[in-house]
Amino acid sequence: MSTPARTTRGGRGAARRRALASRAVFLGPGLFYVTIFMAIPIALIVSYAFLEKGRFGGVRLVFSLESFTRALEPVYLSVLGNSLLIATVTTVLALLIGYPVAYAIAKMPKKWRTLALVLIILPFWSNFLVRTYAWIVLLNSEGPLNKGLLAMGVIDEPLGLLYTREAVIVGLLYAYLPLMILPLYASMERLDHSLIEAATNLGASRVRAFFTVTLPLTLPGAMIGAIFVFVPSLGNFIVPELLGGGKTVMVGNLIRDQFLKARDWPFGAVLALVMVVFLVGLFALQAYVSRRINGRGARA
Amino acid sequence: MRAGVIRRTATAGAIAASAALVLAACGGSSSSESSAALDPNADLTKQALTISNWAGYYPEDLSAKFQEAVGAPLTIANHATNEEVMGKLTAGGDSGIDVAFVSGQYAQALNDAGLVETLDQSLIPNLSNLYPEATQLPYDPGNTFSVPYAWGTTGICYRSDLVPAEPTSWNDLLAPADENKGKMTALATERWLLLPALKSLGYSINTTDDAELEKAKELLVANKADLLAYDDTTFYNRLMAGETNMAVAWDGWCNYGIAEDPNIKFAVPSEGSDLWTDTMVVLKSSKNKEAAHAFINYILDPVNHAWVAENILYKVPNKAAMDAVGADLAAAFPNMGMTPADLVKQEAIIDVGEDNSKYTKIATEVTSG
Repeated sequence: MSTPARTTRGGRGAARRRALASRAVFLGPGLFYVTIFMAIPIALIVSYAFLEKGRFGGVRLVFSLESFTRALEPVYLSVLGNSLLIATVTTVLALLIGYPVAYAIAKMPKKWRTLALVLIILPFWSNFLVRTYAWIVLLNSEGPLNKGLLAMGVIDEPLGLLYTREAVIVGLLYAYLPLMILPLYASMERLDHSLIEAATNLGASRVRAFFTVTLPLTLPGAMIGAIFVFVPSLGNFIVPELLGGGKTVMVGNLIRDQFLKARDWPFGAVLALVMVVFLVGLFALQAYVSRRINGRGARA
Repeated sequence: MRAGVIRRTATAGAIAASAALVLAACGGSSSSESSAALDPNADLTKQALTISNWAGYYPEDLSAKFQEAVGAPLTIANHATNEEVMGKLTAGGDSGIDVAFVSGQYAQALNDAGLVETLDQSLIPNLSNLYPEATQLPYDPGNTFSVPYAWGTTGICYRSDLVPAEPTSWNDLLAPADENKGKMTALATERWLLLPALKSLGYSINTTDDAELEKAKELLVANKADLLAYDDTTFYNRLMAGETNMAVAWDGWCNYGIAEDPNIKFAVPSEGSDLWTDTMVVLKSSKNKEAAHAFINYILDPVNHAWVAENILYKVPNKAAMDAVGADLAAAFPNMGMTPADLVKQEAIIDVGEDNSKYTKIATEVTSG
């Protein structure tokens, strides 16, 4: 924030100019990027939300709040609720599965850790669509899983594993679990083990040490992981379409359809805006909670 | 028609949508005055032509062959959906597109908006190759502003070896036999999502009557539990795999399944179905109208037009082309042999304008319910 105060009166202006220039150089590319690819598109979305739809897509320059009132109709609220439910369940499952995995990796000898982390991100080397499609191949009624179970006599009829809300959650969980594990691992690796040692030396059981030391200190990592999983899950439209068989509609599908099928850009803009507002709120909450946790950690 | 001959990945669609979003930042359309009479002796090599067609809906060497035959350089832009190209054409100003491929109802709407040129039929002598039925289509009788490229209908694509009885009615889908429950897919695109219910109730597929739409919706909501999935693009793969017994299907797409498995068959239900047409139109803003007419004439050449039937397995409204294709194709793919007289008995699908939002809403209610 502050430039060195030990400058003469005459030199201060020049120093400030130099500081401004270096700021411009360092921030310039980022600001340019954010302006072009964030600020302007969001301004467009906001302005479209208040206009009337054109007959073939696009907008008419007529002020209208109709898209906002429409978003409050039960059918769209239920889609939003359904999306929130799916994203929440996915995030909770990712946390329950990811936490022990990250913990185990952090406890590994150093040379195995790298290998384990590479394995975690390995799926990202292949295309998301292909990976999602693989689930269809695996789980469909004529797929290897059902065929195998039938051949072994475990089941008499193929199981209807696909095209359900559960299948969507499995797909999202599979896609985004690494995004939960990585920040969790980072927070666990940074963990000061002398704190746990101190806790056990002072008589705390291992369980108690975990809940009073490890868990609070890894909570910020968990929250970042939760955001990383929740945000793309909430907006996803490929997984519900492929694994939900079009029978599960999430808000991402709804937005996509407004632009590509229904030609209702203002309504699509309103739905997109709802998502943006919602997610900004979520980030603010995350920032607030981690600050509180970090503050407490510093005092401890 | 198709939401694209092949709907690319959803991601590609999303990118296209955001691109269109930026492109069409301001709406409104300007229609220029009708141009002067066309010059039949214009130097076509000076007219660089740009067309927009569905990806994969034309031969890969079309540009080279067209330039060789006609002399005009040809650039081909691809679109994935009608909506996408309509966004470009109606954004105002010159889209840079001379000839656009759009479905009939969209051609009609473009004409209503004054954006397409009245065709000079003397420059398209190959129009005489069209079936008489194809010159009197409801959205443009007499082909005054559009020329049909392909046409067809929607029906039931099924595995004759798996269904307990061959389907003959939309009710075979809407009130299925137990063996078919959970073994059926329906189309997800809104107008075709509603089609089976509307036809089974005896309503028009272009209805805008709220009571009729509500009844159709109730039928579809009840039907949802019996469906495996809604599927516009891979239903024939599911049939081939035996994952499903039957599917609501566009005729041409069912052929992709028939090509792999002779047990797959196609039936148009007795209650009737739709007639869809994909057309070519010349934009009023085009500065290369002579070449644009020459392009349409080139496509209507029996050899060139037959390519669509042979490779896309869509019926083409070109008698000379269909005769050239021969009986083999119709033997292999029975719906290719459907006569124009039978086709035009189906109800032509038209754009319902603002009321389209009713269809969209019902589609959302059905699929999310």
